[in-house]
Amino acid sequence: MIELASPQAASKFRSEIKPTWCPGCGDFGVLNSLQTACATIGINPKDLVVVSGIGCSSNLPGFIHSYGMHTLHGRGVAVAQGVRLGNHGLTVVATGGDGDGYGIGVGHFVHAVRRNINMTYIVMNNQIYGLTTGQTSPTTTKGVKTKSTPGGNIENALNPLGIALMAGASFVARGFSGDANGLAEIMTKAIAHKGFSLVDVLSPCVTYNKMNTYAWFRERVYKLQEKGHDVTNMESALKASLDWDQRIATGVLYQVERPTYEEQDPAMAEFGPLVNHKLGLSDNDWKAVVQEFM
Amino acid sequence: MDIKSATVWIGGAAGDGVASTGDILAKTCSRSGLHYFAQSSYQSVIRGGHVVYQFQASSEPVYTHGDNFDLLIALNQDSVDYHIKSINKGAGRGFIFNSDKVKLDVSALPAGALAYGLPVGDLTAEFGRNPVMQNTLACGVFINLLQLSWDVFEKAVRDQFGKKKAEIADLNVKVARKGFEYAQSKFQPLKDIVLKGDGRPRMLLGANQAIALGAVAGGCTFYSAYPMTPASAIMHWLAPRSSKYGIVMKQCEDEIASINMAIGAGFSGTRAMTGTSGGGFALMTEAMGLSGITEVPVVAVLVQRGGPSTGLPTKTEQGDLFQALGAGQGEYPKAVMTPISVEDAYFSTVQSLNIAEKYQLPVMLLSDLLLSEHLETVDSEALTNKVVIDRGDVVDSVGADYTRYADTPSGISPRVYPGLEGGQHVAGSDEHDEDGTLISDIFTNPTTRVKMVRKRFRKMDALAKEIAGESFVKEGPAQADLTLVGWGSTYKTLKNIRLALEKEGMKVNHIQFRIVWPFPAEAALKELKSAKKAVLVENNYSGLFAKLLRQETGLSVPHHIRKFDGEPFYFAPLLERVKGLLNPGAPEVQYLVTAELDIPIKRVVATAGV
Ligand SMILES: Cc1ncc(C[n+]2csc(CCOP(=O)(O)OP(=O)(O)O)c2C)c(N)n1
Ligand code: SF4
Ligand SMILES: [Mg+2]
Repeated sequence: MIELASPQAASKFRSEIKPTWCPGCGDFGVLNSLQTACATIGINPKDLVVVSGIGCSSNLPGFIHSYGMHTLHGRGVAVAQGVRLGNHGLTVVATGGDGDGYGIGVGHFVHAVRRNINMTYIVMNNQIYGLTTGQTSPTTTKGVKTKSTPGGNIENALNPLGIALMAGASFVARGFSGDANGLAEIMTKAIAHKGFSLVDVLSPCVTYNKMNTYAWFRERVYKLQEKGHDVTNMESALKASLDWDQRIATGVLYQVERPTYEEQDPAMAEFGPLVNHKLGLSDNDWKAVVQEFM
Repeated sequence: MDIKSATVWIGGAAGDGVASTGDILAKTCSRSGLHYFAQSSYQSVIRGGHVVYQFQASSEPVYTHGDNFDLLIALNQDSVDYHIKSINKGAGRGFIFNSDKVKLDVSALPAGALAYGLPVGDLTAEFGRNPVMQNTLACGVFINLLQLSWDVFEKAVRDQFGKKKAEIADLNVKVARKGFEYAQSKFQPLKDIVLKGDGRPRMLLGANQAIALGAVAGGCTFYSAYPMTPASAIMHWLAPRSSKYGIVMKQCEDEIASINMAIGAGFSGTRAMTGTSGGGFALMTEAMGLSGITEVPVVAVLVQRGGPSTGLPTKTEQGDLFQALGAGQGEYPKAVMTPISVEDAYFSTVQSLNIAEKYQLPVMLLSDLLLSEHLETVDSEALTNKVVIDRGDVVDSVGADYTRYADTPSGISPRVYPGLEGGQHVAGSDEHDEDGTLISDIFTNPTTRVKMVRKRFRKMDALAKEIAGESFVKEGPAQADLTLVGWGSTYKTLKNIRLALEKEGMKVNHIQFRIVWPFPAEAALKELKSAKKAVLVENNYSGLFAKLLRQETGLSVPHHIRKFDGEPFYFAPLLERVKGLLNPGAPEVQYLVTAELDIPIKRVVATAGV
């Protein structure tokens, strides 16, 4: 058990802007848990950068007091990696939706996972395109009727946790925004993890997804950590990622230690955060490089 | 009269060692204080793997890779068969080739031309009769025929192999010496060609290397890219030097990631740049707008190649001007630089990085395959590490009233880097207010929208002023009978044309554009309105720059010479066309095609290296 920061401590991450989400939207819970997690770790808001793509969920950076970027649909993870590579003294959190990260941005997602840059990626998975008013998403359950699939979705839903595990993730977790403390605990672990961490959050869209509701999830979610789950066991993690119709695993599915990208990149290993480098070429370096071209 | 330059081709199949042979001869020339300009035509790859490396070496400055050849080192039969009609007139011009393998019908040669056949088997008997030695042997012959310094050549060979492969270097030197001596005993040097270096070794590079070097010297510490010809050499130059200069070279999963990562790095306070060719740039365009509206600086290098689509991966073209100018949805301030030479590519890279940060906007740096992949000698004094690195208005402390997008008179709002207390804000791709608050979602606020668009575009006023005197270079007399106009990579060819016409007693001047956005409308109009007769030369089909010029100045240039066959302009045919403009009734638009290189398709192999 992690002792979570008090709401008062978390309030230093509260922005002046009130969230614009529909009342009851799952994303409120994600925001709260993220603020609690950041306070629990003791991050200074000036050293936190929250980067998102585009979607209801991607509006989150505006509602947290920190540095942030609200980028392009599907590109938040790419931008976030750049922020972290540019200054790996910062804590970098990417947030977005299922369409953002598993649809248009799925390429960046898979490659970010295998790269193991030390950052956290939180996906508010509502199994629908919220901002564009309710079309099918990559995680919409087969058969579900949406605005763009009036006869029922005929594609299979993808398994983001399974994909992350197979892509070589060092930290894979799932949370439920109806369980504020549980989610805050998972996020705390994710941010503290050294390497790329994925937190897929079951975050109901109360307006456009009438199937995957709070009640629907409450009937199914269980906590892996209460079941003696071994987080270093890939097989059990994969198995847990496959649970869906009857029961849904939450908690940390997988966590192992792997060297981060920052530790292995030749320039960053040698010089530290790029943002502090001395710029340009010294006279000696210049002489040598001119000679190289002779 | 002595001829002070030689044009040499090296022809062979991909894998015959054409490039490494070219490299050794290039170093021999540049270190002898000669001027050198080389271009590799690897049209080949789709035509049975035929590669032609063409260079011009000279006692005087050279501006192009030359036209027809004086000597051709033929590494295969095709090189003789295809290029026999491209021999220059003159005694001793001809082919150096392996007579064991390549057949040459001497009667087919023009008068005075020679066949320098080498019995490679016999000559390399003592070294184990290895047929790959034909290149080295031919180099030895070449050094003798053009009376170049053996010592300089020997050192170039040794450097090519390095200390680790000293044994192979020794062997190659011996083989080359054999060729050198064989030539001494059998052939006459080309007496009328006198290549005399001034003893000052010169740098040897193309624009890709100049851009990479300019990036490092200009303070870029993050370069992200996805491999794409002809931009990959920037990545290849930076990657092995990453830990030496402290620059991260990040190969990404695609060009979308490349530019978005560069923007992220830029937000964190790192000087960042990305690079690609047209196809990759097309993928980057949405993020150009992201840089535009979030005012996070980024530099994107766009090395053009023949398009559209996959187009001509290994061929040159100036076809992407409008894709740069029109990159992405909506309107945003931006700058587009089109460096005109290798030296300029170096300084333009530094300037791009400065403009991007000073004005907090995306800068596109356009090169093309010709400029990026050719090799030429550059005086080392022409480049310097003493360049200004201007990071713009970045503050390291802020008051309680700080807003990231403050509506200042210049439009430039002070930047902060994450980590600074009090500077917290969100850089939003949605329209936002001065403090970064989105104005797009709940209600659209017309007043704020107008204010913010005006603020961003105001930056262009100061930028336009800053670059006013540098947007183009003008050479030759103030008033002339003919004005040559170009942009980007055609500069040296047009300079060569101007000098040649001047020698013939004509009054010619030349205007070459190196920054095309913001467009220097007033200055361009002033120059061109008074031109007696002007011709616009560009490497594309539809006259993209002509359109831009008309759009921005209302001015139509009366004559156009264009080329879209994938090859650069060759000096002699272009000169002829330019001269023809003086005749009455000269055509308004004419196209050039390099027929000499129109090689018949023998077999088709898969395209490689695209
Ligand atoms: C390139 C591009 N394509 C499409 C869109 C329109 N768009 C905005 S958000 C979105 C999907 C949002 O779904 P998701 O990422 O799941 O976020 P949610 O709103 O459900 O939180 C789409 C398609 C866009 N902004 N940019
Ligand atoms: S539409 Fe759905 S996802 Fe978007 S704010 Fe409303 S409830 Fe949340
Ligand atoms: Mg969604």
